[in-house]
Amino acid sequence: MKDEKELLVLGIETSCDETAAAVVRGGREILSSVIYSQIALHTLYGGVVPELASRKHIEKIDPVIREALAQAGTELADIDVIGVTMGPGLVGALLVGVAEAKAIAFAAEKPLVGVNHIEGHVCANFLQDPSLEPPFLCLIVSGGHTHLVRMTDYGKFEILGRARDDAAGEAFDKVARAIGLGYPGGPKIDAAAKSGNAHAYEFPRAHVDGSPYDFSFSGLKSAVLNDLNQARMQGREPVQADVAASFQRAVVDVLVEHTMRAAEDFVEEKIALAGGVASNSALRAAMQKACDASGRKLYVPAPVLCTDNAAMIACAAHYEYLQGRTSGWDLNAVPALKLGERAGGREDRDLKGAAEKANWVRRQ
Amino acid sequence: MNETGKNIIRILGIESAAVTASVAIVTEEAVLAEYTVSNKLTHSQTLLPMIDAICRMADVKVADLSAIAVSGGPGSFTGLRIGSATAKGLGLAADKPLVHVPTVDAMAYQAYGYDGVICPMMDARRDQVYCGIYAFEEKEFRVLLPQAPRSVEEILEELARIAGGRRVLLMGEGVPVHREAILAALGERADLAPPHLALERGAAVAALGLAMYLRGETETAAEHAPEYLRPSQAERVRAEKAQTAGKAADTAVVSRDAVVREENAVKQEEKEQKTAPGKTEPAPKQDLNVEIDGHVGTRDPRWRRDGIV
Repeated sequence: MKDEKELLVLGIETSCDETAAAVVRGGREILSSVIYSQIALHTLYGGVVPELASRKHIEKIDPVIREALAQAGTELADIDVIGVTMGPGLVGALLVGVAEAKAIAFAAEKPLVGVNHIEGHVCANFLQDPSLEPPFLCLIVSGGHTHLVRMTDYGKFEILGRARDDAAGEAFDKVARAIGLGYPGGPKIDAAAKSGNAHAYEFPRAHVDGSPYDFSFSGLKSAVLNDLNQARMQGREPVQADVAASFQRAVVDVLVEHTMRAAEDFVEEKIALAGGVASNSALRAAMQKACDASGRKLYVPAPVLCTDNAAMIACAAHYEYLQGRTSGWDLNAVPALKLGERAGGREDRDLKGAAEKANWVRRQ
Repeated sequence: MNETGKNIIRILGIESAAVTASVAIVTEEAVLAEYTVSNKLTHSQTLLPMIDAICRMADVKVADLSAIAVSGGPGSFTGLRIGSATAKGLGLAADKPLVHVPTVDAMAYQAYGYDGVICPMMDARRDQVYCGIYAFEEKEFRVLLPQAPRSVEEILEELARIAGGRRVLLMGEGVPVHREAILAALGERADLAPPHLALERGAAVAALGLAMYLRGETETAAEHAPEYLRPSQAERVRAEKAQTAGKAADTAVVSRDAVVREENAVKQEEKEQKTAPGKTEPAPKQDLNVEIDGHVGTRDPRWRRDGIV
């Protein structure tokens, strides 16, 4: 095997509404990262329509992969490992990437690595700052996930806290819609909040009894909606920017508070952000302030690495591969794949016995 | 491969449009290998191991293939995409052309030489079958009625018109479902396909694909996409609403990852229903076209309570 710093990984990502491919060298250097966003299509429907997302993935996946290889100045023959998102995500969308990646790896005779999308988000930090090494504390905040984890080593995650109900990004989307900002909610609230008074409303900050690191945003969202309804019944139209800013402050306060508490408790000096909501400017600023105050170092991926992309998948695949984990031709999409889960679809592809071979025809 | 082996045309056929997963490698003379399983397995887990197996058994590498023929639809949306993405990945990696073989045409092609008309009927749900009418006339395979989703009444009327007095070979998953209606309409003229002709076959996709390949009817891997013959439910609902309301439909709005969770919950539910112990009645048929339409968000009662939708 060549030096791991020279290892070239092709990453493929189709878990939701972005068709993406990327080539990453040595797990740290992005040679190319191509993202075809379907957002214009889904905006017509006010949210992602899974069947339409899957149809668009199949149309775009080959050109996107070709473009990623071309931009990296590589041929498929130069690639050492194929990494693909196997979950979590929309099953129909995931299946396009998984089937495509398996066929490419088979035809090109390359190792295949199925990757957890959320772990990919964490790995975006390795691409942003090549000097970062585990262990570190990471707050993962996206439309579907809010997790506070310790990455103790490559491929090893310890989950400290998670959202008990709505994910942070989901709350953003719902509140954005309620105050007429529309989809996607995260960036729109972020922008609107800039001109608003973040202290105009005092929304509740929920804590989960006995689970100091868990999150709950459902109550906050309901409180915002109740206030809106009340104001409207009294004939007042609430100031959009004030609601956005106050809501955002409430979310950010809780995210920062829990993260800093975990950093104290687990004596972590390095804190990283990951996921789409990590692009939120208020979250970045507040987390930076808290880290500066306590002498900790904050790692934040650039916005283009916070959104769904394939470079992070290639990076995650790189470290999986180095740890000797590859996937078999029976690799399946696992729409509800959990962080750190390594079960299913992983077997030595060099089938030694008929009994082993028979495993993949058995229904799970 | 030896020197002479280079000129042999080899076509890989991939079929995953419905319940059957089937792959085959054919030449102009023979089926080198075929692997067919009709057991409701997950295509995503079986298809590539099956291709791997036949390539080993037939001692053929992807590089040795002339083209990859894929059953291009109609069928289960997800099943079609698994076959399509597999074909596209092979084509991209090995720089091979693809042949888009219409799924119903390939089924009919199995009955090469049948003296009458051939009518495959795939289960299309929503009280329809994906069907077409075909015949071998003057040694040519002819499409008398192109594949499309139709009601059984409609296709039986078309058969009455097109078949004339000829016998009719019926094949496909739709036949046992609509057996009574078929026999009532066609009586003695109906031939029901024996098991080896009853369902989709990778060898038929490859064989018809080979004929198309020889005529130059190929496409690049990048160009290929399945032919669903049906819009997605979200598009249908939107179009209907636009028509009735005369303006753009206001379909339910859901956050992207909420859809993920919803879809996963639906899947999980199906899985649990299927594996529920002690159940005597047959498990509900798995929805191969699992599609979360534009309205799925409204199924979540929490959102209604919140007044979001």
